[in-house]
Amino acid sequence: MSPRLLTINKLSVTFGGLHALKDLDFHVDEGEIVSVIGPNGAGKTTFFNMVSGMVTPSAGEIIFKGESLLGLDPNQVTAAGIARTFQNVRLFANMTILENVMVAQHCRTRQGIWGALLQTRSFKREEQEIREHGEKVLSFFGSRLVGYRLDQPAAVLSYANRRRLEIARAMATKPTIILLDEPVAGMNPKESAALTGLIGELRSDWGFTIVMIEHDMSVVRDVSDRVVVLDHGETIAHGSYEEVSTNPDVIEAYLGRPAKESA
Amino acid sequence: MSAAFTEPHPPADLAARRVTDQDWRRVLNFGLLLAMVLVFVALTNMPVKLDRRMLIEPVFSMGYLSLLWLPAALGLLVSRQPVLAGMPSYAKGPREVLAGALVGLIGGAGLSVLTVLLDNFDIRDPLVNWSPQLLDLLSFQRGTTFGAGVWLPIGLALGALGGSAHVLSVTARRVLGWAFFTVVAFAVFETVIIDLSEGFAWLGAERLVDELYFIRGGLTVHGAAALAVVGGLFAAFGRGPARRAKENFQALEGPSRTRANAVGLLVCAAALVVLPLFLGGITNELLANVGLFVLLALGLNIVVGLAGILDLGYVAFFAIGGYTAGILTTTNRGESWPDWMPEFYWGTALIFVVILAALAGLFIGAPVIRMRGDYLAIVTLGFGEIIRLLFLSDWLGGYTGAAQGVTNIPGVQVFGLATVKGTDPRAVFYLVLFFCAVAIYVSWRLERSRLGRAWMAIREDESVAEAMGINTVNAKLMAFVVGAVLASFSGAILAAKVGSVFPNSFIILVSIVILVVVIVGGMGNIVGVIVGSVVLIGILGGPRQPGLLQEFSEYKLLIYGVLLVWMMLKRPEGLVPNVRRTRELHQAEYLQDAWLRGEIDTETDSHADDTDPGGVNTGGGVLPA
Repeated sequence: MSPRLLTINKLSVTFGGLHALKDLDFHVDEGEIVSVIGPNGAGKTTFFNMVSGMVTPSAGEIIFKGESLLGLDPNQVTAAGIARTFQNVRLFANMTILENVMVAQHCRTRQGIWGALLQTRSFKREEQEIREHGEKVLSFFGSRLVGYRLDQPAAVLSYANRRRLEIARAMATKPTIILLDEPVAGMNPKESAALTGLIGELRSDWGFTIVMIEHDMSVVRDVSDRVVVLDHGETIAHGSYEEVSTNPDVIEAYLGRPAKESA
Repeated sequence: MSAAFTEPHPPADLAARRVTDQDWRRVLNFGLLLAMVLVFVALTNMPVKLDRRMLIEPVFSMGYLSLLWLPAALGLLVSRQPVLAGMPSYAKGPREVLAGALVGLIGGAGLSVLTVLLDNFDIRDPLVNWSPQLLDLLSFQRGTTFGAGVWLPIGLALGALGGSAHVLSVTARRVLGWAFFTVVAFAVFETVIIDLSEGFAWLGAERLVDELYFIRGGLTVHGAAALAVVGGLFAAFGRGPARRAKENFQALEGPSRTRANAVGLLVCAAALVVLPLFLGGITNELLANVGLFVLLALGLNIVVGLAGILDLGYVAFFAIGGYTAGILTTTNRGESWPDWMPEFYWGTALIFVVILAALAGLFIGAPVIRMRGDYLAIVTLGFGEIIRLLFLSDWLGGYTGAAQGVTNIPGVQVFGLATVKGTDPRAVFYLVLFFCAVAIYVSWRLERSRLGRAWMAIREDESVAEAMGINTVNAKLMAFVVGAVLASFSGAILAAKVGSVFPNSFIILVSIVILVVVIVGGMGNIVGVIVGSVVLIGILGGPRQPGLLQEFSEYKLLIYGVLLVWMMLKRPEGLVPNVRRTRELHQAEYLQDAWLRGEIDTETDSHADDTDPGGVNTGGGVLPA
């Protein structure tokens, strides 16, 4: 069995009395693709925000590679090896596409003021490596983000390509785990199918472990090893896609209780 | 800036509108606005103060210019319509001239009423600036009746002149515009040009200048006429080659573009090194002052323009540089210093200046940097004052000389050969030039480095930048420290140049002026910042430094304010904009232009391959939200 990467115990957060998450237990093993699903407001994105250090949990623990992530700043979490994308695409819209992936390698590089001012050999070498790695992650998506696009601002990209660039930017941070927040939202079925294939390649070719929030059940079905279902901040089911999709609690959370039962 | 708006005079698709087909409300609004502005300018007493500066001897002074350009400008603006490519527009005709004339008439009426009122009431009590000379000026020294009457036709004529600019062809407008601005430019730059002519006396330049300028200042009438002709001729015939050269330059790509840039840079640098040799004391002094502010503005540009930290207390680092250099080099040190402390050379003191400025950057930056937006600006404003008050306080007075400041600062010793100080402005200028070159290099290299990219990302979206692994606190502190060190250079040079430093040299106004320089010049752009310093500090003058238009000194802040408001409304990216910043400020227009050029990404897989009948395109819109 592959080693456990991320373990989350009894994680809770309250926003002014509202339990956004309650006693959440969760784990990911190396090389897994785990999907987190649930109706709107279930706490999925809050869960990501806590893992990535943007929200501080009120209780519980997050252990990544044997060390606690609690109290770390988002940049330290990224440096530890957890990268993320955002549900409402948040690129650096006025930086070029190449700059977007170059800046994401910040925590993997170390040249400072003096290197830049004296143009040392190590500075130039590092700049070259940053650029090459940036182009490499961009070419993961075929020709869409490379070539003449490299020097265009991210703002000119289509919605689907902005989602792709966000994934490329997360890949550029050289992470162990990538948290994908609704990677195919706003894509048409053909594009989602293609991206589903790419998510598989992220694991098989790049060796990333993936935790994904997704509403599109065909993507979840095709790519996930396990599925965790959240509702009102609590885990209501977990297991394979087949197990959770037939679980009455899950159906109830999504569709509501049949009328005669609730009477 | 938008491609759709660049066509200056598109073919008119519709016949000119009738003369009576006016937007009367707009005309009235502009007229009343003009009247208000004219009365305001008159009551600030600006025309009287500026009347001493003759533009064309003996007919035209800057005082009259300060009033007379307004009716023409508003007469032009009243009938200006945005012209959209592909949209039908009306041909221009007598209607536009009439609108301008009416606006001018209403404005002139405002001044007429003012003339009558001034003659009958003494309003010097509430309005202290007002002086009886204003009445003389407004009535052309010919009595109130004449004055009250004459402003109506003057306003009418100037407004009509402004309005008629719409009717003229593009070429005619350009010729007249160039003729006018050539005359004004030569009149404004009189000091520099006379100064320069003395340096080139062997070329016979002095004789030419004697013809051009009247002995007590101002252009001669025939000189002005000659300049107008030269300017007009250049506009008519000289612009073709200039534009072709520009196009050729823009067509260059890759290494040849880099080479052309390098050659241009070398020529500019060589000119800056050689030119001061031909300039006299006044102009070199002016250039040195501009240089001090270039240095400050480049430093602030790193903090505000690159990292996006709105620092309103930037003067603190200027003060720390000035005081550190002053105290360490002065021969007249405050009584609280121990006797064993040596008097340093300026160059040695500079090491301490850098260290102290960097430490101050860290200490002020550390608490400030965690705040965002308005709070950060207000706290930096406070720190700027705190530093000045510390230098002024009794507590540190034994070290800093309190209100008396630090005096007897000897200047910069250059290898024991010479001493650079204020009495030799040329040497000071070279000193400033050296540090400006350093600052330009630092800005240029840092912008294109790992740290520069991190600053950009922080400016775009701080929380995402942090989630992408950037230690935002460290990166912002670095910006603060680099900015602080550059400002401290400027302060150290100021101390050596003036020979003394006082708390009053470091008032909050300095921070504001530097910020205005950066904003007006073009935030985030090195060339823009330099242009901003030259225009504002060189022409109008700094907080304590006289500019070319010394007569403006009382109205400097008023003009700064007007300029700032106008820039914010019309050209927020500055005179020489930074490409990225322009995109930020005009993103909708930028995307529209990109779309017109076919660069916008409309690609989705369902477009590329239409065989998928179920392909509902939910994303990938043409214009992103």
